[in-house]
Amino acid sequence: MAVRIEIGPELVTAYLGGEIDHHSAQLMRREIDHTLLVDKPPALVLDFKDVTFMDSSGIGLVMGRYRLMQELGGEVRVTNVSSHIRKVMRLSGLDKLAVLSK
Amino acid sequence: MEQQNEMKLSFPSRSANEGFARVAVAAFLAQLDPTVEELADIKTAVSEAVTNCIVHGYRDSVGTIWVEAKIFEERRVTVKIRDRGIGIPDIRQAMEPMFTTCESGERAGLGFAVMQSFMDKVRVTSRVGRGTAVTLEKRLSERSGKGA
Ligand SMILES: Nc1ncnc2c1ncn2[C@@H]1O[C@H](COP(=O)(O)OP(=O)(O)OP(=O)(O)O)[C@@H](O)[C@H]1O
Ligand SMILES: [Mg+2]
Repeated sequence: MAVRIEIGPELVTAYLGGEIDHHSAQLMRREIDHTLLVDKPPALVLDFKDVTFMDSSGIGLVMGRYRLMQELGGEVRVTNVSSHIRKVMRLSGLDKLAVLSK
Repeated sequence: MEQQNEMKLSFPSRSANEGFARVAVAAFLAQLDPTVEELADIKTAVSEAVTNCIVHGYRDSVGTIWVEAKIFEERRVTVKIRDRGIGIPDIRQAMEPMFTTCESGERAGLGFAVMQSFMDKVRVTSRVGRGTAVTLEKRLSERSGKGA
């Protein structure tokens, strides 16, 4: 499974895994958005701990969820970002947009 | 630049081949024993270019994508990614960070920015209605001692 979703009372956590590209991002997006629209949580955490590769499709994935969470009145947090992924995110200024923690 | 080795691939523009293409290029370049970071940089840039052929070049159709990797003296490598899709009317504009023609809101418009920051050189040639070719170039660092 490319994404495992944990639903808590205060937040939804999506544990992303494997390689994030245009192909896999489509599947992850579908899973996450389904939960967000049903659950409307105040916060979404995107956990990158098990992500081994990411290209700009990953940036699109985070930005798209950021937009959706804004519509729902919630926020997005991004955690467990490795150095390669941080390098890709920095290009987009995503590290300023979403709350990025180690 | 004297060429030392090369490989060529072609495959249909299906998104499942994005992973195949970048891993195939990485496997070919393994003979140069690149650093983990260099390999991640190249894989990311290749992934961007191949994805662009699929998402933009061939949009709703399926066409052939060609990938050609070459190794030159002094650890210089080039990877050329080519499609015969719709082409790019204004390359300068297309390469600007955040520029995208995708309307789904799921694309950041950062593919070319990623290629440019992760590689030494990015060359783009394109003709509307004929297709696009992107050539990525990078010189790998000298590695003292084998393995490491
Ligand atoms: N192979 C191609 N054929 C046709 N148009 C292309 C091709 N590659 C890029 N383009 C055009 O250049 C634009 C910018 O490409 P770039 O990769 O920088 O951003 P993107 O693909 O739109 O978004 P992202 O890569 O961040 O997901 C695209 O939106 C598209 O209009
Ligand atoms: Mg792109």
